Amino acid sequence: MAYNVSRVIPVLTVKNRELVKTLKFGNPKYIGDPINAIKVFNDKECDELMVLDIGASVNGKSPDFVHLKEMAGEAFMPIGYGGGIHSFETARQVFQCGIEKVVLNSVLLENPGIVDEIAAHYGNQSVVISLDYKKEFFGGLKPVFFSGKKSKKIHIAAFAKEMEDRGAGEIILHSVDREGTFSGYDLELLQEVVHATTIPVVPLGGAGGNADLDKALESAGAHAVAAASLFVFKNNDRNSILINYSTTK
Amino acid sequence: MINIIDYGMGNTVSIRNMIVKAGGKAQISGDPEKLSLAKAIILPGVGNFGKAMELIHAGGFKAIIDEKVKEKVPVLGICLGMQLLLDHSEEGDVSGLGYIPGEVKKFIFADRQYKIPHMGWDEVEAAKANDLIPQDAAEKQRFYFVHSYFAQCENESDVLCKTVYGHEFHSAVHRDHITGVQFHPEKSHRFGLTFFRNYLKHYGL
Repeated sequence: MAYNVSRVIPVLTVKNRELVKTLKFGNPKYIGDPINAIKVFNDKECDELMVLDIGASVNGKSPDFVHLKEMAGEAFMPIGYGGGIHSFETARQVFQCGIEKVVLNSVLLENPGIVDEIAAHYGNQSVVISLDYKKEFFGGLKPVFFSGKKSKKIHIAAFAKEMEDRGAGEIILHSVDREGTFSGYDLELLQEVVHATTIPVVPLGGAGGNADLDKALESAGAHAVAAASLFVFKNNDRNSILINYSTTK
Repeated sequence: MINIIDYGMGNTVSIRNMIVKAGGKAQISGDPEKLSLAKAIILPGVGNFGKAMELIHAGGFKAIIDEKVKEKVPVLGICLGMQLLLDHSEEGDVSGLGYIPGEVKKFIFADRQYKIPHMGWDEVEAAKANDLIPQDAAEKQRFYFVHSYFAQCENESDVLCKTVYGHEFHSAVHRDHITGVQFHPEKSHRFGLTFFRNYLKHYGL
């Protein structure tokens, strides 16, 4: 009798312990203290949160465990954390901070076996893949890593399936091109990846309002939806900061 | 003062923060001596049952908790902490604290639809009248669960809540002044807050 309402997951992008928001993975704008944002989401009774340290892997840094413990201690809901997780040992330390799920991206380029390792020990649902992707210069899409700076020549749906086969519990389909634009989710790719896998696929990047969340859940087969800019800006205006949250129902 | 035992495993900070939010006062104690003045004890826990019992014995916590239980000081076990209240667990094949007769068993499913651990939000149903978990049919109580082993009480009278995951299991237990919840109230926002508020009110904390 599991509770099966579609999840709406706020995503907080953090850098140097500050909450920031990028646009197409660039131009990080200072938003505020992530602890304050977490408190707002506590009050709004959000079921699950995702925190991504975007300054970790790209700068060769490990997770900031002290800050992670602080954020986990403040949250009254489970948290998925990603950023700088490159080994099973690092993942173990992240779980010990009170984090429920680890989100992996950069490590997948050289060491995708980490997915099998973590899933075997902690369970499938504790491993989430952030499948970041962008348009290629001559058309087509490719998965990217290290804050979009490196890429791999592989079909996105095939990559998603590979991750599922290794034991990932969930795929976040993260569009670099739509990130921060409020222009809507990439529903076409979402449907393709949903059909290619059997684990939950969650779009991230481009949500501009409840209508986008509904479309992804009701017509494109998303099992849950995630959004970042939507929940930190007011009226989709990057100059108007307001931590907010609402589910579609 | 409510004392949350820090024996090396568990979300002690989240629990303290939620108790404070619920209007209570709690401190995290890694020193068994500090427990002697405790008005209530919370036993958290995330991880392996065998390892937890090892740490509890090694840290000198068993004797003081036994004493507090004799004094009828309320004890609340959360997640692994609840499992430790029982007699024995298949995880590690080790004896627990033995305050509530029962066994802790591993989830085993032939159907791959049931993933292990049981992880996510799930509903609980009160099994007996009580002040801790609302029994109002209008809103189902749900909490966040993460566990691969489940509790099976020997006595139906000790079962506080039931949840179904493949099969029914005991998601909360209660006997005299001892309560245990398999779920994480500290990760279950308003449902957890209501639970802690009720707990504080029930025991006058």
